[in-house]
Amino acid sequence: MSAANGVGPSPGQDADDALYERLRTYAGCPAADAAHGRDPVNAPMIRHWCEALGHPVPPDGSAPATMLQVWTMAGLARDGERASGAPTGQGGRAGPYVELLAELDGAGCTAVVATDCEQEYVRPLHPGDEITFDAVIESVSPRKRTKLGTGYFVTTRMDVRVGAALAGTHRFRILKYRPKPTGPAAGQGAHRGGARRPRPVVNRDNAGFWEGVARHQLLFQRCAACATPRFPWLPGCNTCGSSEWRAVAASGRGTVYSYVVMHHPPFPAFDPPYAVALVELDEGVRIISNVTGVRHDQVRVGMPVELEFLRVDDDLELPVFRGRA
Amino acid sequence: MAHKNGTAPGRTPPPQPREGEELPPLEIPVTRTLIVSGALASRDFQDVHHDAEAARAKGSPDLFMNILTTNGLVGSYITRWAGPHAVLRKVAIRLGAPNHPGDTMALSGRVTAVTPPGPDAPPGEGATVEVAVRGANRLGQHVTGTVTVTLREGAPE
Repeated sequence: MSAANGVGPSPGQDADDALYERLRTYAGCPAADAAHGRDPVNAPMIRHWCEALGHPVPPDGSAPATMLQVWTMAGLARDGERASGAPTGQGGRAGPYVELLAELDGAGCTAVVATDCEQEYVRPLHPGDEITFDAVIESVSPRKRTKLGTGYFVTTRMDVRVGAALAGTHRFRILKYRPKPTGPAAGQGAHRGGARRPRPVVNRDNAGFWEGVARHQLLFQRCAACATPRFPWLPGCNTCGSSEWRAVAASGRGTVYSYVVMHHPPFPAFDPPYAVALVELDEGVRIISNVTGVRHDQVRVGMPVELEFLRVDDDLELPVFRGRA
Repeated sequence: MAHKNGTAPGRTPPPQPREGEELPPLEIPVTRTLIVSGALASRDFQDVHHDAEAARAKGSPDLFMNILTTNGLVGSYITRWAGPHAVLRKVAIRLGAPNHPGDTMALSGRVTAVTPPGPDAPPGEGATVEVAVRGANRLGQHVTGTVTVTLREGAPE
């Protein structure tokens, strides 16, 4: 699935990733080493957090379990600490983790978002508990393209203790990425700016179809021997094998036979979420296209649609279908 | 049905959810205040969670909710359902579409597993329940995850 933002560790891996070869060597290195929480677990921070989130305050005065990570956060003080060159690193971060992040910063991956958090709670934390934590860099992903930008997923695993007793574990994944350039067109749909939709491959077998589109006709083929209609265009009939056919203009009426809504991955020139529909024409053939005039989440199987032509840019026009909801 | 961990007098018995049971949905207005106060209460000072201009410079259309707040909201959703004495064992979440100001996150959950209390369970302890949780906003799924929670009898009225 896909995250912030359309990020998720699966899609968009690149080949030829020299930086990854260096980054992967950090796997197994410490990310935090016997670090201490800035403050003991305390009632004011619990109350502020519960107020901010609208979370019920635990009746026994303990900290909500999902505050586990809060007690390990360095806060704003980490900048001052970096300036003073404190040997323990940023808020208890161990050298290798600081180096890994610096290496990513140096490669232009200056932005960060968190994508995954897995916590197990072994014992509750109470005001007065002093926590310590150790963390290890579990893995670094190869370079990934995401909707936010290209970057690397870094996974760490932390043990949080009170004295010798384990209070909980915390696995955390971040994406360190190179932010996309921004400008007046930045924000939602910014990628529509420069990119053009892919061009159709026009060849001897399908040229007639695109000539029809140019005349605002949606042409399918009908076998001259057995009269079976077919689409997309093919040299021969799937039913009887005949290579004789004639082109027929569709009436333009049809219904949505099936559809998907595209959220991720984003492609250049497309602006998710959008619906991709398999439209069944009244003549019996089916075509993959977009549904216009209705929101992506209003497209339904069986919805009647009507052919229209969408001018995508100066060189490309496409048959699409207007929903008649 | 009473079991050996039977409810003490004056206490409300732990809930007894069934596998497949849907939790009541919860809609959370994603306000700027929730995003900023949640980030700061969780000591997360990444500028993308409180500074819209900084967020835009990093390719986001606006500031967005941090993962610690999402994690807390998921925990809160389960705790409200399971009762204040229930004990969270595990919360595992993955973020998807970001929570930007002005959106609404619709939390929903479904019980995917119910494990009765073991023979050594302390008195008043109920089943341990696994819940699949989703939080949807207008961009898609903001969060998907699994929460494991042990139910407990309530305090005396």
